[in-house]
Amino acid sequence: MEIFDILLSASFWAAVLRIASPLILATMGELICERAGVLNLGIEGIMVFGAFAGWMAVYAGLGLWPGVLVAFAAGAMFGLVHATLTVPFGLSQHVVGLGITLLATSSAYYAYRLALPQVTSPPRITPFQPLEIPVLSDIPFLGPALFSQTPLTYLAFASVAVVALVLFRTPLGLALRAAGENPSAVEAQGLSVTAIRMGAVMVGSGLMAVGGAFLTMSAFDSFFFEMVNGRGWICIALVVFGAWMPGKALLGAVLFAAFDALQIRMQQTPLGAEIPYQVFLMVPYVLSILALVLMSRRAEVPAALMVPYNRGER
Amino acid sequence: MGTREVVLRLEGITKRFGKLAANDDVGFALHRGEVLALLGENGAGKTTLMNILFGHYTADAGIVEVFGKALPPGAPGAALAAGVGMVHQHFTLAGNLTVLENILLGTRPLFGLGLGRAAARARVEQLSRDFGLSVHPDAKVRSLSVGERQRVEILKALYREARILILDEPTAVLTPQESDALFATLKKAVALGLSIIFISHKLHEVMAVSDRVVVLRHGKVAGEVATADTDRHRLAELMVGAEVALPHPAPGRAGETLMELRDVSTPSEGNRTGLRRVSLALRAGQITGLAGVSGNGQGALADLVSGLIAPASGALLVAGAAVGGWNPRAALDAGVGRIPEDRHATGSIADFTLTENAVLEGYARAPFARAGWMDWRRARGHAEAIIAKYDIRCPGPEARIRLLSGGNMQKLILGRALEAGPKIILANQPVRGLDIGALTYVQECLIAARDAGAAVLLISEDLDEIRVLSDVIHVISAGRLSPPFARGSKTVAELGVWMAGQGFADAA
Repeated sequence: MEIFDILLSASFWAAVLRIASPLILATMGELICERAGVLNLGIEGIMVFGAFAGWMAVYAGLGLWPGVLVAFAAGAMFGLVHATLTVPFGLSQHVVGLGITLLATSSAYYAYRLALPQVTSPPRITPFQPLEIPVLSDIPFLGPALFSQTPLTYLAFASVAVVALVLFRTPLGLALRAAGENPSAVEAQGLSVTAIRMGAVMVGSGLMAVGGAFLTMSAFDSFFFEMVNGRGWICIALVVFGAWMPGKALLGAVLFAAFDALQIRMQQTPLGAEIPYQVFLMVPYVLSILALVLMSRRAEVPAALMVPYNRGER
Repeated sequence: MGTREVVLRLEGITKRFGKLAANDDVGFALHRGEVLALLGENGAGKTTLMNILFGHYTADAGIVEVFGKALPPGAPGAALAAGVGMVHQHFTLAGNLTVLENILLGTRPLFGLGLGRAAARARVEQLSRDFGLSVHPDAKVRSLSVGERQRVEILKALYREARILILDEPTAVLTPQESDALFATLKKAVALGLSIIFISHKLHEVMAVSDRVVVLRHGKVAGEVATADTDRHRLAELMVGAEVALPHPAPGRAGETLMELRDVSTPSEGNRTGLRRVSLALRAGQITGLAGVSGNGQGALADLVSGLIAPASGALLVAGAAVGGWNPRAALDAGVGRIPEDRHATGSIADFTLTENAVLEGYARAPFARAGWMDWRRARGHAEAIIAKYDIRCPGPEARIRLLSGGNMQKLILGRALEAGPKIILANQPVRGLDIGALTYVQECLIAARDAGAAVLLISEDLDEIRVLSDVIHVISAGRLSPPFARGSKTVAELGVWMAGQGFADAA
């Protein structure tokens, strides 16, 4: 069976991690927002803008890492708009989030056209190159599969550990989780629910933008319209799949990426000649929905998710 | 007493919600090492006052002084920092965090590393021992009982070195044993030099636990007395503003049977007990009391009478005729008036106005609807009539019902049910959590409805209430119903035997 040959190749697993990286970064961003009680549906647009901003910064002459910072800051700014409307003003998180997605996407396309009015195909940059971890990358199979990735992939995996540590091992994480569960508990301890939620949305949006930037600065070397292609929505589902736990969400991202990498390879097998390729494209989504149904049944949703907090209310 | 240090002083506190003055020029002082009871009916302004003290609300006027220093208004951190700890009526705990995490929340700089769990756990355990507050520090708050959650709230305040503790209706959610444990904790706290404000509307608790009493009525201070110089009767008068007498109704005159259950069974679902071959007759002009330990099938019987469920077997007869297609609409059409057990969850819609809530049952029919259109003028007039007749304190018929105190909310539900002219009234825990004024009023309304010829089914866990009001008493246990006992024919102890499940024919 070809499927086993595929699953046993190092290049397959290297591709899985590559495909998973933007999902992991953006999922961590969404998870932070939702743990604090804010559903951020701006994720799709913020990823688009992050992809554009990071790439544009490098094209304009900045280094790759400063480019990543630019993407983060751009995402955080959209996060600030989202948070201002949803937290102190308490507007509908659905409407604001979708609005941010439309705004950020069209802003990216508009800025692209302003900056490059003449081009027919977008210019290329020199993206992040694979960084072979000394010693580890020499391990047979595991080395080429796991330890010959670009730095942003390592960053994605590191972000999971950092998010988990902050959430569960620091006073800030405690306050953030409480803000998403029972904001009046935070208020009663003299902390500002508004500040915590706004901060979470800004940092989370920054991470989403870095996830988008992975596409233009690491996976490819240039910016195309539609290149985010629904990854943001997948991340929303991954947060639920992961039951709002960073580790489980990481597992979900890797699983989805594996299905995706698998379907690409299956298209090239003899089976792929007989079945329309759209069926293969569908597979990761169908399997994700199934996994979501099975996994998220007993998940503990943050109790105050999507509930605006007003101080004087009783 | 007067020479002792004043630790907390309120002066001229005024706060309005719309047209309603929740607090009107309220002022008093708390001394070191005393328990001051803040007594008042629901809606008298006790909770509002505490929210102002804690900066959750900003007062329209007045000052708060803690240990001689004025607190800035509207700053939730200020009272905490000054050493005031509050145990809210609705706990401010995050269920997804452990006990220890809830206690630690906000005690360390936000951007510090680590939580210092080990040291914190040792201190929490020490405080637990000192104050007799046993609770496991690593348990998720979600899994704790209400009494345990309250202990966490108190520990939270103590952990922050609160010198003044404020407890808002702390016993409303406790069993009698848990209340006694709480009082013991308070005694220890006072002995250790803390000062306590104990907010309550339960007179016997106030007499048992406090040194001094401040009585609030309609948002104003109605009196301030030393507990030793007063008694329950005088406190009740101060609280209500008139002499109080609990109703002691004359026996009702039983008429025809309006609703009858014959051998009705309903399935048990989850931890909810169903009915097992229950036979019951609700007769006009009678209050039928249902006694029992909660969770023994009262819910199923209430749902059955109100039309939420239909009998799985057996027959349900209304006015002598068997009914088919029993559902809430059919129950309303049959003249069932419903006072549900949980006024928040099933009795009202919090974000609807009083007008909307007042027509929730009759909205689809004349006079509130004509040809498919709502007649809001009539609905509003109906709400205004209920507000006036039942003396509901509220900003007006267009206010959202969530702004009302429990007693006022219950009066609206009562008015909604009674004004529809019901033949059969289901009163499920009608006075739970109500203060004495509202309680007396609700009970008198039920008696009046009975005397006007309605059949009343009264469900209560309070045996005294059942015995005083009911003409006939049934005991429910594990879904089985006892035979009817006439008024006064059974002592509390004898009813208790039935409640424990003995005496039934199929005692299994």
